[in-house]
Amino acid sequence: METVNKIRVLVAKPGLDGHDKGAKIVALALRDAGMEVIYSGLHQTLDQIMSTAVQESVDVIGLSIMSGAHLPICEKLTAMIKEQGLDNVHLVVGGVIPNQDVQVLRKMGVAAVFPGGTSFDTIVSGINGLFQ
Amino acid sequence: MGVARYIKDEKGAITEVVYQSGMKIKPGYGPQDLADAGFSYETDLGEPGEFPFTRSLHPQGYRSRAWTTRQYTGFGTPEQTNERFKLMIANGQNGLNVAFDLPTQMGYDSDHPLAEGEVGRVGMAVDSLKDFLTAFDGIPLDRIGSGLTINAVASIMMAMYQALGETKGFDKTKISCTPQNDILKEMIGRGAWIFPVEHGVRLVGDSIEYAVKELPRSNPVSICGYHIRESGATPAQEIAYAFEIAKAYIDTVVQRGIDPSDFVGRFSFNFNVYGNLWEQVAKFRAARKIWAQMLKEDYGVTDKKKLFLRGLFGGGGSGLTKEQPENNIMRGAFYALGAALSGAQTTALCSFDEAYTIPTPRSALLSLKTLELLMDEVGLRDTVDPLAGSYFIETLTLEMADKIREEMGWVKEMGGIVSGISEGMIQKKVSQQAYEFEKGLQSGEYKKVGKTPGKEDEGTDVELHQYNEKWAKSSKDSLAEVKRTRHEKAVADTLRALEKAAKSKDNVMPHLVACCKAFATVGEMADVFRQTFGEWQEPGFY
Repeated sequence: METVNKIRVLVAKPGLDGHDKGAKIVALALRDAGMEVIYSGLHQTLDQIMSTAVQESVDVIGLSIMSGAHLPICEKLTAMIKEQGLDNVHLVVGGVIPNQDVQVLRKMGVAAVFPGGTSFDTIVSGINGLFQ
Repeated sequence: MGVARYIKDEKGAITEVVYQSGMKIKPGYGPQDLADAGFSYETDLGEPGEFPFTRSLHPQGYRSRAWTTRQYTGFGTPEQTNERFKLMIANGQNGLNVAFDLPTQMGYDSDHPLAEGEVGRVGMAVDSLKDFLTAFDGIPLDRIGSGLTINAVASIMMAMYQALGETKGFDKTKISCTPQNDILKEMIGRGAWIFPVEHGVRLVGDSIEYAVKELPRSNPVSICGYHIRESGATPAQEIAYAFEIAKAYIDTVVQRGIDPSDFVGRFSFNFNVYGNLWEQVAKFRAARKIWAQMLKEDYGVTDKKKLFLRGLFGGGGSGLTKEQPENNIMRGAFYALGAALSGAQTTALCSFDEAYTIPTPRSALLSLKTLELLMDEVGLRDTVDPLAGSYFIETLTLEMADKIREEMGWVKEMGGIVSGISEGMIQKKVSQQAYEFEKGLQSGEYKKVGKTPGKEDEGTDVELHQYNEKWAKSSKDSLAEVKRTRHEKAVADTLRALEKAAKSKDNVMPHLVACCKAFATVGEMADVFRQTFGEWQEPGFY
């Protein structure tokens, strides 16, 4: 019963970057905020992330990207989400994201961007806000 | 305030201070504190340059030699990296510290699908010996040593460095490289691991054994408490886990019948300078002592120079903020001051724009000049271990040593660092701490100047290093050229020999050198290991 309305989030680390502190602490914060959190582990291909998202029927895919490759990665993933008809899955992104890229990501279809230093409260309310 | 916990009364006066490693700090210290702690000059400190080296590795500290500066450098193509290397050397840097891009660190060539978007981004792309020949062109390899920041495929890069030296006419006994080569720390933090734990440790063992026999001036492993600290460990844990990792590597080489005295002198370390100034100074002083005592007591090492805790104390990345990035210039200066007061032998600083991206030439030079300024202007070379004898520092150094030993005891109880990492116990602990710390930072319990709890960063415009998509094309073209012009049979033969060695207990290093000289690619060599060893499945962290 209790899990019926819980938001299910896949926290994922795409690509080769292994700096996972941010992904891990955000995963812990979302879990403490009452969400159902699945952590992908490191070095995930976008195909792996998509298949986990489908298998776990998540509501949100949260990518953590520190390497600077957020634009090409998100461009591809938003296309894949569209292609597979996962219209109800929101993509959010955090990590080392320069200000000038935030709008570019939003235009691409990324539902929310949380650059490094964003508070847990903002991330939690940002994700909750996607379902109101 | 800062990273320590400060309790204040209603007037704002500080009533309690607790450092990250757990030491409670008193408002003042005096002779009684040292007496209570059982402090002895002879056993706890010793003369500078004498066992247990708490004060310094060298009798006169920086008087005889200032620290070596090694800013972490590398991006884009080997040509660009070469240009930046030369810029840093022309500005007084005396060692290199090479950054590799993620595909190289993960053993993929620039033309691999997983490399897309990452080629040359966070470091230089290296596919084959051709790239090393370009990147190190005109660098006197017999005078300038190179740190190679790479781990999972460090064995390949050490072999590549030898192939580079020999191709450029430098004998392997004259060149000096320090591959990071610390795979166990990658599994705790930083995450650039590939193979399962036991195979990863075997490759470290192979490279240490090989360096002992063939590369007398190279330091085959640089154990990094640094990234463990960045992942959420306290300063005491940073040292404790690094030493437990060092023990795991020593043990694997000892099992091959090699005497610890033949190689422990070649271990180096990479530690972080981020945090409370006094806690850092106590950490480094305590660490030098514990390392020397441990090698002497547990491994029977007696030669003085082999008991040295050598390494790079620097960086400080976790301390930097995106907010008001210029503040990071000051932070860097104070971190470097801590390193200098601790007798750091080698150092490097994170640059002020590194909370955004890799440094511009301007910010990299600012870091280098900060380090130079401390030595040449401020007075850090005047006298050795200037804080020695301070009631506070000596008490704190003793307390820090206790905390480090406590953490080492915890690892031992768990069955050692290898099992602690395999089962994810260490990762779980540091991740949980990182989470608690971040919460404290957000609630205002901890403080970083320029960050206001509850207020998001509005962003500041700084001049940033820009990534150029053309670099990937240039790397791919260069790789295609190598594949077109190399002798395919030599490549196949050397790769086959490598596979045979990997499957047996033979040392893979001579085979890697042969592969590199035949222009086999990093990806091809790593694939041999992937097929032979498989890949690590990381344990859950909560």
